[in-house]
Parts: sequence; structure tokens; C-alpha cells
Amino acid sequence: MTQTMTGEKAAPLPPMGTGGFLRWAWRQLTSMRVALILLFLLAIASIPGSVLPQNGTDPVRVDDWIENNPTWGPLLERFGFFDVYAAPWFAAVYLLLFVSLIGCVLPRSLTHLRALRSVPPAAPRRLDRLAGFQSMTDSRSPDEVLEAASEGLRGRRWRVARGDGWVAAEKGYLRETGNLLFHVALVALLISVAYGALFGWRGNVIVRQGTGFSDTLTQYDAWGGGRLVNPDNLPPFAFTLDEFLVEFERDSSQRGAPRLFEANVTVYPSPGAESEAQTIRVNEPLVVDGAKVFLVGHGYSPVLIVRDALGRVVNDQGVVFLPQDGNFTSTGVVKAPDARPALGIQGLFLPTAAVDEIRGPHSTFPAPDDPAVFLSAWTGDLGLDSGVPQSIYRLDTANMTQLGLESLRQGQTWDLPEGIGSVEFAGIERWASFQIAHDPGKEPALISAMLALGGLMLSLFVRRRRVWVRVSPSETGDTVVHVAGLMRSDDADLQPDVTELVDILTEGRPVSR
Amino acid sequence: MSATTLAQWSNMAVYAAMFILIMALVAFAVSFAARGRRAGVTATSPQPVSVGAAGPMAKDNPEAPASAAVIDESGRRAGNIGMSLTWLATGVLLVGVVLRGIWAERVPWGNMYEFSLTMSLGILAVFLIVSLQRDVRWLGLPVVGITLLSLGLAVTVLYTEAAQLVPALKSWWLVIHVSAAVICAGAFTVSTMITLLYLWRDRAERRDVVRGMVAKLPDAQRLDTLAYRIIAFAFPLWTFAVISGAIWAENAWGRYWGWDPKETWAFITWVVYAGYLHARATAGWRGRRAAYISILGYVSLMINYFGVNLFVNSLHSYSGM
Repeated sequence: MTQTMTGEKAAPLPPMGTGGFLRWAWRQLTSMRVALILLFLLAIASIPGSVLPQNGTDPVRVDDWIENNPTWGPLLERFGFFDVYAAPWFAAVYLLLFVSLIGCVLPRSLTHLRALRSVPPAAPRRLDRLAGFQSMTDSRSPDEVLEAASEGLRGRRWRVARGDGWVAAEKGYLRETGNLLFHVALVALLISVAYGALFGWRGNVIVRQGTGFSDTLTQYDAWGGGRLVNPDNLPPFAFTLDEFLVEFERDSSQRGAPRLFEANVTVYPSPGAESEAQTIRVNEPLVVDGAKVFLVGHGYSPVLIVRDALGRVVNDQGVVFLPQDGNFTSTGVVKAPDARPALGIQGLFLPTAAVDEIRGPHSTFPAPDDPAVFLSAWTGDLGLDSGVPQSIYRLDTANMTQLGLESLRQGQTWDLPEGIGSVEFAGIERWASFQIAHDPGKEPALISAMLALGGLMLSLFVRRRRVWVRVSPSETGDTVVHVAGLMRSDDADLQPDVTELVDILTEGRPVSR
Repeated sequence: MSATTLAQWSNMAVYAAMFILIMALVAFAVSFAARGRRAGVTATSPQPVSVGAAGPMAKDNPEAPASAAVIDESGRRAGNIGMSLTWLATGVLLVGVVLRGIWAERVPWGNMYEFSLTMSLGILAVFLIVSLQRDVRWLGLPVVGITLLSLGLAVTVLYTEAAQLVPALKSWWLVIHVSAAVICAGAFTVSTMITLLYLWRDRAERRDVVRGMVAKLPDAQRLDTLAYRIIAFAFPLWTFAVISGAIWAENAWGRYWGWDPKETWAFITWVVYAGYLHARATAGWRGRRAAYISILGYVSLMINYFGVNLFVNSLHSYSGM
């Protein structure tokens, strides 16, 4: 996985016998060449997930896609192409990559530990063919020169070895330390992600303005948790949505783009605790009891007061309508099984209503400038007793008969035909949708990522290099001093280090070269 | 000064910068051609006499064609003019970008138009910083060319009036995350230009036909090292951009990593450049193969920028178009 694994030869054929084969396979897997191939496989394996819709982010588009591609859809689904990042073959690639990484990093760590405790190897016999070679004469004795060199180099944090007539020094061990740290931190990152996936959970809930939410499983519209989460044991906080503020761009080419979302909530951190007022914005989640509450969406809930044939009110609340486009053309359903006879109402809510021949009724601006509802009333069997779970946003009209269609402005009432009841469009409320998430792996993941970044920078920016000094007495009684170096990372210039060494040797004294 | 005027001044500065860059491009082209011709004369004439006096010298000392080229006064002067014009254009473009930011009352990278402007500035800045340390007049032509391409796309196809940001973008992380990404895009662009020149030069060296314009490039080894150094600078920064994006995503969307197409392609880019760094340290993969990998990395960066912004349904679709 890491650098300087040079000199690899073409892979020999696997030897006979299980043990031999395993050793061969392990050597192959931990070789840099295989690591490179796995890296590319990882890159390629990631691509389908960015092209095909994914169940994790957009299950509705996945269903559409499969429906529109009857040949390829089911096939791709079978091989996990709509859940790429949870697919076994994707996991196989990254797990093999990490095994390869560990298999490479472990032996290298041992080598590096040994290197950290050893002294630099002896200076080469001849320095004059090496990088940055310089020759000087010094009036001091050879031993004095070597002493000055090793003292000076040690003072500048070089690791120094001294022998007969030479000094060798090495620096930049942090490069390999950083390299190993980077790879170990990647393993830690993977473990953190897995930990978060096992112990984390997340849920989505729609809360109407003026109503509340308490953190139990039954209150969620959707909830998913890791394998090791106990869903009966969620943190017991609660909040009410007191007010939801939203503003849209009215000018410029981006007319209708959101400019502000803000949910003012009252939070009850635990049963019996003091409540506190908080504001949740996009980018500013509410943190409570180990969970984070994110504002992810909003919409309208028109208040539809429904009366049945006996004049009884069977619904007097805001009904959550789901937005279908950027201008909040929204759809929703009222089910009144207790009405006599049972009633079902399908509705279209338009905050700024318009009707044209092509698109039919639609909204032209997301703010409620000119709101209207288009309703379709049904009576008959709502199908709620069939035992099949039903969406609260869809009316199953298979066993129902349509009573009629009507559009209403705010304050208007529609008397259903044959005295079956009435519907009044009494007002507009808002709702906000929240994602509530708990991911215990995210802090370890962040720490691992920062360590990986730190290690990466060390491994790229620290230079591992050696310098040498060799001395020999000259005929004139002076000492001939040879200095040179070796850059062990191939991308950098050695000259500053040799210059540093020359400065050490000539400090405060005239030089003759 | 009214807001509209500021926007107009910004646009004018961008157009002025483009105009200056076109002149710089011409200067660099003249420099390239002039020096190429000259180097061609010196390098080709001894070729038939394979043991000729100049032949082995030119081969053993890769500096020779470059230094011969430096002697060529007309190419040198044109190259210097190109560098000066590039400095000027960068200054003018900086003014345009800053005015755009003042006009919009935020950092000038809220949509694809602004991102392209700032990325162009990033490309030029990386080029000029490198030019402070070594003679890179040979790099002027491709770098200024791709900058002009980026600016041209920005003012024709990507232009938006967009003033304000959607709430999801109102965060300090926009400053941190996107500026890191912009600098990386600039650096990866410059390294890719160098890598393409490396492939050209390397092929000529392998066939032993280093003559014509290719002779004025530094030798392949140096090109490779320079491209590596820029990537070695940009790769940790890209890592940081991805990490800071994850932190922001955690705050805005409730998860730090969701395999959104933008995230996926940032990951792919990261993995491919990681592959490049490993390839450079692996026997049999150094040189051309590693160069191809780094070009693949750049391709995935561009897919992430154009493909994901314009054609894919992503949480990051901020093009404003």
C-alpha cells in the first residue's frame, strides 16, 4: 500500500500445496501492484452509484427506473446496483483493499520501529560522486572536525553516527511515521464508520406547526437503526414546533428560491426537565440528549373542516400536504372513516394558484400569495380495515365512488352533493420535517480523518535524507573535509541540507574550498 | 456605487482579463514557436551524423536544448511579455472576482459562474506562484489556454445573475470548503497541463526525436517531478476539502457521508490521485503509467464539476442554471 516497495518482479506461479498457496496469495494481496488494482476497482465500483438512483437517497426514483427498464431494472436490482455502497461486491473491494493495507503496514511498522532505534549506516567510502558533494580544507584536526560536525548535526536534530574518519547523519524519519499514521488512521476511519452504522440511528418526522414530537419509535414517519440499536431505548426528549418562518426570493432570475427557513421550537430535554426555546435552521441543528435534530423540509397543511351527513365534524385539523415541485404545488388526503357515510378527500393545494391548459392547476410561487385547494371527494370503503398498511398520503379509491370536484379559496365551503356533508377550507398552517439522527461514530471518524490528513502531510512534505562527512589529513597539515548527501525521497532538493552541514563546519571561520 | 454598477464593473474586469489573457496567449505562442524553430535548427542538423559533436551533448545534457532556447532573444522576450501580461490579467481578474463578492455580499463562489471565475484565478495563481521559483514560460501556453477556456465557458454558458444563496449554503463552511476545492481545482489543472507536456516530451525522448517545439520543454524527468510536487501539495488540500465538506454535510443534512453524486466523485477523484501517488512509488508504474492515472484523476474532477452540477440530480447542484 505504501511507498518504496520497489523491485517487485512479475508474479511467479503459485506453488503447490495449501500452505504455499496461502503464502503466495498473501504476498500477492499485500503487494503494491494489487493494492493499486484494488484502488482502481474501488474508484470504478463507486461510479454506478452516482449514475443510477440509489435506495438510500431516492427510493421513489429507483422504483421508477426499474419500472421504465423492465429488462435491466430487475437484473441490476438483483446485483445491488441500486444499493451500490451496501452491495457485497462493493464491500469485497474495500475490505480486500483494507486487508492489503494492513498486510503492508504491519511489516513496515516493524521495519520502521527498528529503523527508529538504529543508527544511520556508515558513510560511503567515496563521497565525490554523490549529490551535493563539496570539498574543503580545515585547519582543525580530523577528530575536531568530526566532533564539530556531529555536535552541530545533533543540535539540529539529525540522528548521528560516528566512525573512523566519518560522520553519518539522517533526518526525516517522520516521513515514514506519517505514512504509517495515514494508513492506520484510514483503518480507524473505516472502523468508526462501521461503529456508527451499527450503533447509530436516524428517523424522519413531519411536525405540524403548533404540535409536538416526542422521541419514541411510534412517532416517526420513517426510522432506521443499526443492528445493535435498541429502538425502545431512544433518548426521551420532546419538542413542540411553535412557529415556522420561511421566505422566498421575489426578485431576480432565482425567483422562488428559498432564502430563509427557521423553526422556533420549545425543547423538553428529558421528562420533567425545564423547557427551553430554541431555533433550528438549516446548518444549525438542535443538539439534544446525544441526538441531532435537523430541519430538512417544510410544506403546507391546509385546514380542511370536514362534516358528514349528520353535520358532525370529522376533521378540523391541518392536513399535511406534500410538495410536488419547487413552487409547492402540494398533494394530500383526508380520510374520515368515522363519518357517516365514510368520506375520503383527495386534494391539491396551491399556495399561489394558477390554471392553464397544459399543466392544469399548479402553483406559480411557493409563498401563500393566492392560495387555493382543488378537491375531489369520495365515499365508500376506505380500505382501512383490510389489514394492509396504507399510506396516509394516498387514497385507495378502488371501492369508492366519486362525489364530485371543487376548488375552494380560503374561507369557502363546499356542500357535498346529496347532503352527504361539507368541506370548508378554513385556513393554512405550515409543517416542517425533521431528520433526527444519532451517530456515535462521527467523532471517532472525524478524529481519524484529521489524523490521516496529518499523517498524509508528514509523508508528503517531510524529506528523508542523509548527509555524510569524511575527513582525511592533507599533506599541508590541514584536514581535507568531504561532505555529500543522499535524498531518500526522490522529489526534493538536497542542497539546503548540504549547505546546512557546510555552515556547521565553517561556522565563524574563513572557508577555503 | 450602486449594486448594479458593481456587477457591471465585475463583468468588465472579467472581460478585460480575458482580453489580456488572449494577448498573453499570443505572446506565449510566439515564444513557443520562435524558440521551437531555433531549437529545431540546432537539434536537427546533427541528427544525420549520429556521432556528431552536438548529438551526444544534447542527449547527455537535457538542459542543452532549453538553455539553447533561452539564448534565443525573440522567444525569450515574447515569453517575458506573456508572463507580464499573465500577471496583469490575474490582477484584473482578482478585481473582477472581488467586485463580484462585494456586489453579492458574500464569497464569490455561490454558483457555477462564480466558481469558474474563482477557479480560473486559482489556476493562474498556482501558475504564477510556481513561476516565482523556476522558469515556467514553456507552461504559459497551455495554462493560459485552459484558463481562457474556463473563463469563456463562464461568461457564455454558465453566466447567472444569482444574487443570494439558498439557506443550505449560508455557512462559514462555504468559505472554507469551497475555497479549498477551488485551489485544488487550480492546482490539479496546472499539474495536468504539465503532465500532458510530460507525455509529449517523454515520447519524443523515447524515440530520440527531441526537436521542434518539444525541445524547448524541460526534460521529462523534471516535468514529472514538477507535476508530482503540485499534486503532492494539492492532494492533502483535496483531502481537507473532502473532510470539511463532510463536516458541513453533517451540520446541514444530518450525515457526514451520504454518497451524494458530488461526494461520490470527490471520493473517486481522491482514490485515483491516491493511486497516482502509490503508482509513483511502485516499480513498473512510474512515469507514463502514473501520468495516465493523474490525468484520469483530473477527468474525474471535471466530471464532478460539469457532469454532476449540470446533469445529475445532486444535493450539490448549485449551478444556478
